[in-house]
Amino acid sequence: MTTLDLARTQFGVTTLFHFIFVPMSIGLAVFVALCQTLHYRTGREVYLRMTRFWGKFLLISMAIGVVTGIVQEFQFGMNWSLYSKYVGDIFGAPLAMEALIAFFLESTFIGLWIFGWGRLSPKLHLVTIWCVAIGTMISAYFILAANSWMQHPVGYAVNHVSHRAELKDIFAVLTNSTVLLAFPHTIFGAFATAAMLVVGICAFQLLRKRGGDVVARSMRLALPIGTVAVILTMIFGHFQGILMETQQPMKMASAEVLYNTKNGASFSIFATGSFTRFPGHLSADLRIPHALSILATASWNGKVDGIRQIQASEVTKHGPGNYTPILGVTYWTFRLMIGAATLMLLLMLAGFVFQRRKSLDRARWFQRLAIVGIFLPILANWTGWIFTEMGRQPWVVYGLLKTSAANSPNVASGDIIATLAGYILIYGVLIVIGGWLMFREIKHGPEPPPPPPAEGVLEELPLAPNPDLVLSY
Amino acid sequence: MHTDPDFLQTLWFVLIGVLWVGYFTLEGFDFGVGMLVRGLGRDKAERRALIHTIGPVWDGNEVWLLTAGGATFAAFPSWYATTFSGFYLALFLVLAALIVRGVSFEFWGKVASERWRTTWEWAMCISSGAAALLFGVAWANFVAGVPMGPDHVIHASLFDLLHPYALLGGLVTLTLFLTHGANFLRLRTKGELADRATTVAHRVAPVAAALMVGFLIWTASDQSWDAVVVVLSILAAVAVVLVPTVLERNPTQAFGGTTAAIALLFVALLAALFPNAVPSSTNHLFDLQLSAASSTSYTLTVMTVVAVIFVPIVLAYTAWAYWVFRHRLGRDDFDGPMTPIAVMEHKLGTPGAPSAGSGAKPPTVV
Repeated sequence: MTTLDLARTQFGVTTLFHFIFVPMSIGLAVFVALCQTLHYRTGREVYLRMTRFWGKFLLISMAIGVVTGIVQEFQFGMNWSLYSKYVGDIFGAPLAMEALIAFFLESTFIGLWIFGWGRLSPKLHLVTIWCVAIGTMISAYFILAANSWMQHPVGYAVNHVSHRAELKDIFAVLTNSTVLLAFPHTIFGAFATAAMLVVGICAFQLLRKRGGDVVARSMRLALPIGTVAVILTMIFGHFQGILMETQQPMKMASAEVLYNTKNGASFSIFATGSFTRFPGHLSADLRIPHALSILATASWNGKVDGIRQIQASEVTKHGPGNYTPILGVTYWTFRLMIGAATLMLLLMLAGFVFQRRKSLDRARWFQRLAIVGIFLPILANWTGWIFTEMGRQPWVVYGLLKTSAANSPNVASGDIIATLAGYILIYGVLIVIGGWLMFREIKHGPEPPPPPPAEGVLEELPLAPNPDLVLSY
Repeated sequence: MHTDPDFLQTLWFVLIGVLWVGYFTLEGFDFGVGMLVRGLGRDKAERRALIHTIGPVWDGNEVWLLTAGGATFAAFPSWYATTFSGFYLALFLVLAALIVRGVSFEFWGKVASERWRTTWEWAMCISSGAAALLFGVAWANFVAGVPMGPDHVIHASLFDLLHPYALLGGLVTLTLFLTHGANFLRLRTKGELADRATTVAHRVAPVAAALMVGFLIWTASDQSWDAVVVVLSILAAVAVVLVPTVLERNPTQAFGGTTAAIALLFVALLAALFPNAVPSSTNHLFDLQLSAASSTSYTLTVMTVVAVIFVPIVLAYTAWAYWVFRHRLGRDDFDGPMTPIAVMEHKLGTPGAPSAGSGAKPPTVV
């Protein structure tokens, strides 16, 4: 492996690990805020127990998300110093804004939320969790705006004296057509991730015959949210596909391994071939006629550019070189993402039907599948990012800067190997402990309802929380 | 080749300096408390009280570092790229320490076993100490300069960064943050815990003061007795030397003293750095200057507007968070069936608030 490959591996490993917890935290923050709002509005005690039960998962997820996020912000400079110098004038601004506007908000208010039970008024305490939820979403917007600029650079000019891209219009960067679609796609994906987690954990409780009111209410909240979120994620994904065809045609073509430009192109569901840059021919190719044209151009016979034609036009534009990503990776990640999302949708719909029939607690096969389903959004989130990042190769900034010209020249292989081993070790311990802690909470299940108030107590006890040390320290 | 930074570049150097000073004055006491968890807390209840003093705020404090990093990336991309790639392994160690520290707080309370908690308490101590030491080593190197050619690419191994000046810098931040943490605990704890914190501050403060005076003299002489650096160093030294003298009387003054000492120490270091971003120890002709490292004035203007709008908002809610969690905590708040929430309710006199043991199940963890 070259230092470039090692640096890319390190970025991939740390980012994918970080991204297990990011969508989970965004989605859970909103879900917990929703539970707490319901409690505040209705005064029903079950919503308080829901807030606290799901709050535990939010806190475990956020803890790991936050600490691994520090690495994310620093590794651009560590492993990608040439990239940082080239794009810093543009890319740094949304990152700094993310820290100032979003990180402070979520970090300060999560502390206020955890330790503010009973100390802040219920209304103010409710505001704190919404601040956390809003903070996570603002954070997503800025980082996606930064990433979208790498996919589709706008509002810049290249300074040929200093050899770097310079910001000309910050509003163009923040309202890039790419981010306007990537943001809802990611946010609804995050809601779907959290909803799937909630449904899966509830299914586990039902399988253990522990369906209390927390489980029933959580299912009733999460199933519709999850269904709508998956559908919206898919819809925005569809529009992203159309936009991708105009902005990064090679990525679309390589998602499909479409070698030659075609009208009315079909969508391949399953094909086998070698995982090389040019697998030659595909065998066992199962296709839906016209589906790719619909996906990429929103018309039955729309023209989809092929890899060979795009490669040739890229060579005329940027000089000789290989402008094709690794087709085995783009093809399969694209399919796994869509496949996982489709399975999620089917699971959600099945759950919906069982719930309407009031037979969720008897649907054993659904319960088992829903538990496994917790991993589907993680798979979809991962493959989605792998697709969009590896589908952009050989560029790190599309059309402007190649990945091979972006890494730090002074960082030796040994250094990257050492730190990569370090990250894998630390992150490995984190995932084992985090997973174990979550599993403990799942096994333990939500708190049972409190006993009815003793005689003589006329009004209901104020909803001051139990001394729940798992929430605070 | 060498040009003075213009107004916006100077402004952003100052703002990044403010972020670093904010980070060290706030997270400095977090580090100190983290280091003292095992030494100062004699039992579970006391250690819980100690962790609770920083529990609500440490995460927000760490964002000052992230914002300093992000602001450096945005305002001075070459500074960010050169430093972060050049201090590669050192920075990895910092990151590892911060990761372990962050999860040690969050995981500590999740399981009620003695062994689990002891493990994370030690993780807290060691990672807090390591981070406090490493930041001093790093900043000493930032100021002293690193081997760097005209291409502004640092070629230094981890061991090149561990020279005596840098190690002294590390000891300065280690002892200073320890004192700062102890002073913070004198404000936020009561009873025996506060007494023990006072003793620690007593013992460590003179050491910190001596180390810091030595370090600042060394810095000033390296900077050929540059007037600004000298003045700031003297002020910082005065602040830190004052600390032991006010120790007896007033914890607020003592905490103010260490806060001022930390702030002035880093202002002195930043003044020594200016107008460079990364000085070269190879040859001063190869220094990376702020004017050469900076973003365009358009980007700096955009960032200035964002900072003008959002910094006051951030400061306001940060201050509010500190106000909410201002109560002194002690052993008795965490001992027995009483819980911190019950204590707060008791303190605030919330009528009708149930005591912890009533009604629902008793606490599983104390």
